[in-house]
Amino acid sequence: MSNDFYNEMCDSDGRLRPHYQEFADWLSAMPADRLARKRLEADTAFHRVGITFAVYGEESGSERLIPFDIIPRIIPSAEWATLQAGLWQRVKALNAFLHDIYHQQAILRAGIIPWESVLNNAQFRREMVGIELPSDIYAHIAGVDIVRAGAGEFYVLEDNLRVPSGVSYMLEDRKMMMRLFPELFSRQRIAPVQHYPDKLLDNLRTVAPPGVVDPTVVLLTPGAYNSAYFEHTFLAQQMGIELVEGRDLFVRDETVYMRTTQGPQRVDVIYRRIDDDFLDPLAFNKQSMLGVPGLLTAYRAGRVNLANAIGTGVADDKSIYPYVPEMIRFYLSEEPKLNNVPTWRLREAEDRAYVLAHLPELVVKEVHGAGGYGMLVGPAATAAEIADFRQRIMASPEKYIAQPTLALSNCPTFVDQGIAPRHLDLRPFVLSGKNIDLVPGGLTRVALTEGSLVVNSSQGGGTKDTWVLEN
Amino acid sequence: MLSRTADHLYWMARYIERAENLARLLDVSYQMSLVPQSLAAQSRNWGALLALNSLEGSFAQRHAEISADNLLRFMVTDAENPSSIYSCLRAARENAHAVRGTLTLEMWESVNTTWIELRGKSFETIVSTGISEFFDWVKRRSALIRGVTFGTMLKDDALHFIRLGGLIERADNTARILDRQYHILHDHNEAGVSDFYQWGALLRSLSAFQVYRKVYRDAITPARVAELLILNPDMPRSLHACTDGIVCMLQLIANDVSADTQRRAGVLHAGLHFGRIEELMTNGLHEYLEEFMDRVYEIGEGVGRSFLMAA
Repeated sequence: MSNDFYNEMCDSDGRLRPHYQEFADWLSAMPADRLARKRLEADTAFHRVGITFAVYGEESGSERLIPFDIIPRIIPSAEWATLQAGLWQRVKALNAFLHDIYHQQAILRAGIIPWESVLNNAQFRREMVGIELPSDIYAHIAGVDIVRAGAGEFYVLEDNLRVPSGVSYMLEDRKMMMRLFPELFSRQRIAPVQHYPDKLLDNLRTVAPPGVVDPTVVLLTPGAYNSAYFEHTFLAQQMGIELVEGRDLFVRDETVYMRTTQGPQRVDVIYRRIDDDFLDPLAFNKQSMLGVPGLLTAYRAGRVNLANAIGTGVADDKSIYPYVPEMIRFYLSEEPKLNNVPTWRLREAEDRAYVLAHLPELVVKEVHGAGGYGMLVGPAATAAEIADFRQRIMASPEKYIAQPTLALSNCPTFVDQGIAPRHLDLRPFVLSGKNIDLVPGGLTRVALTEGSLVVNSSQGGGTKDTWVLEN
Repeated sequence: MLSRTADHLYWMARYIERAENLARLLDVSYQMSLVPQSLAAQSRNWGALLALNSLEGSFAQRHAEISADNLLRFMVTDAENPSSIYSCLRAARENAHAVRGTLTLEMWESVNTTWIELRGKSFETIVSTGISEFFDWVKRRSALIRGVTFGTMLKDDALHFIRLGGLIERADNTARILDRQYHILHDHNEAGVSDFYQWGALLRSLSAFQVYRKVYRDAITPARVAELLILNPDMPRSLHACTDGIVCMLQLIANDVSADTQRRAGVLHAGLHFGRIEELMTNGLHEYLEEFMDRVYEIGEGVGRSFLMAA
């Protein structure tokens, strides 16, 4: 095994880490043919249930199975405690930041973040200025991407505060592991995650507009052709709420209703899985057929709440990301518990000069990019790709940031050649409402190609069950 | 429940029922075409099938002559013909996909698998394995989906809309099949042995042959066939049984604006409940059935207005 990367299962001398002992014993006692059978069983089951995602850019409408790996990613309870505290802190600060920039803008006045990087940001929504939201919460669901690098320190790679997805895989992966290998769960205490939909629903109900006693919550989906449609149906079903499309809703007298067979029924909270731009054709993208005309008016009148709020994108934007540690100090008067990845902003001449001189060792990302599209991983790129990126950066430097190539931790994973280490990340889902909460675990994504650092499912990544061990 | 969800469930059920009845009708027509008969009778037999769905025009655009092969190709696997079995099952699957979260997993799988299997069948492979085998497959899939629906779904509005869709479609289809076949048989009575086969085939297409024997223990006469398929409340595909179910389902899903639709269904049902076959036939059976289909159509429209397009 490679010694250059932190290995989740073994230390640098190749000794098993204690929290993997139990699992490793079990694995070594497992006959190879039984394992092969179980892996096949998992594939078949995922296919039959249709846990797939649509891939953009390939043959239209193609659906692919996200590969599932049976070797779990295990996190000991002490490490989880650190992570949890760090996540709470970070999401709290991000919500405080969002409230602040849409109200007093104290952090801008204090000169901690430059005015223009917030106010000229395309993700800053003027429509949100001065609006009061229940519990002052903007990002009700945050999917924070975390990686381990170096000697095992945790870094936050990205705060996803718009419409983070992937939680259904966390739940389905756990269900699959319990079905395939129930004995593993009786051998050790693995913290449960299956109550996530309950917590999510509770959380959404706590942020209903004031005065609503028994709030009606719905999940708003772009429809059956969206890549995450499976997740939308799954969550709506698990929470027992209606899965609605824009055309199922209408606004009358600043109130949102859904069309039901028993007539119009008022809707109080919308868990929306549609981007800001498509929410309301009267206010944003006029061409949008996905949204609800007049939704923004009802929202601004405080007659309906949206999760997440409109305009959260300004806080998870890659150009704002470098300031998150400052936000934590500013709003919470605390030192950040999770590391930020050092980031160069290419619109700044000094940073740009450095980055252009070191492209082969850096990762360059589009400020507004997502899903692993449109990024350069220097060490893995060809000379031509690097030259191409150099052109793009010089043409519009403000569109890019650069970061050092992190030596992402890896974990043994089943691949064609047997078991080999593959790089991974972790996306826990943090829920904020009256309280802040998260289930112990998250979605672990793994890059299945040898040496690859890109874990996105759209780029051939797979998933693993994530275990937080209880003491 | 959401009006759109109800709409998809309702139409999913209608398309599955329609595919099944089409398979029944085509099967019986095919069987009948094997009985020795004049060419004119052959062509009438197949032509009636097209007239049943007002498809003469679109058929003529695609095929020059009315032959068994052309007609079956058109009605079974033609993706361009919206009334083919292929199109019906595709529409059923599309409706199911849009609301798969409302269906039980088993239901979704049975509808989806039906579509996946159908996609794998070309007209040539269907003919080479035997077209009757294919019609049996359609009936079996429909029966399976119906069984899974009743066996796994909660008895709530979702189930009621599925049942309502199936019943309205079946009421229409039974009336349609009866009307056309009755019409032909009545107008062109080529007496003799083929007559027995023709009536027998009509009963078989509605799974009513054994039922007829059981109920009447007597020779097959047109009036009795009509009575069985129209008035018998215990015969699952009769008009009476269908309207029984429609009235019952409408009661279960009633809302503030559905009173008129319920009233119409009630009137239609009362006529079948208290009517006698001699009365229905006074003005001609064809006239009665045509009016019946109009009224079922109105009820369908009423369901759309009252439940599926709320506010």
